[in-house]
Amino acid sequence: MYAEDMSLKIALYGITREIVGTSVIELPAPAPATVGALLEELRKQYPALGELRSCAVAVNNEYADNDHPLHTVDEIALIPPVAGG
Amino acid sequence: MTPHLAITDQPIDVAAALAAVQTDTAGAVNCFIGTVRNQSGGRPVRRLHYESYDSMALTQLGHVVSQAYEKWPMLQEVAVVHRKGTLELGDVAVVVAVATPHRAESFAACQFIIDTLKQVVTIWKREEYEDGTEWVAAHP
Repeated sequence: MYAEDMSLKIALYGITREIVGTSVIELPAPAPATVGALLEELRKQYPALGELRSCAVAVNNEYADNDHPLHTVDEIALIPPVAGG
Repeated sequence: MTPHLAITDQPIDVAAALAAVQTDTAGAVNCFIGTVRNQSGGRPVRRLHYESYDSMALTQLGHVVSQAYEKWPMLQEVAVVHRKGTLELGDVAVVVAVATPHRAESFAACQFIIDTLKQVVTIWKREEYEDGTEWVAAHP
């Protein structure tokens, strides 16, 4: 599911930043309109993301499900497996 | 009752975290201190590099502490401080301090907070070995 007039910026942390080689991805319009579509698109472009134990998406500092909609103004980030503590 | 939560690139002041939870209504203060050890799965570790998505880490940490207050309504004060950046062996990586009226709840709440922090808080750890580095838990 893509939105014709929407672009997105995705922040990358940890190993996802190393896999992609930059700390922010800019997706021009038409951009994926949901978390699920975004993950599908990014795994296609960067197959190494699919080899991670997990890769979540955060929208505005909260974990988001696959059907969560995305908007240009959202703060979006890829969240590889966390390892604090 | 407002929890003291912080992500810092400076050495953690454990005494300050303990002072932050001191209250005359609590008879128990429990403190977990996570430190950098010299091996991981038998592989010698030289140092650790922590990376944080600060705004989300603090948001999620706030959720964890709210859950703790729901589970243990007698919980008085909470302080959680996590370090980021490069840490050497023996450095303090995280401190969780809680104050409760009695000791049983202080142990339980402290363990819940550190265990849940490790599952949801957006901090990543890269271990440095003699022959390279690896992001902890990244791959199955």
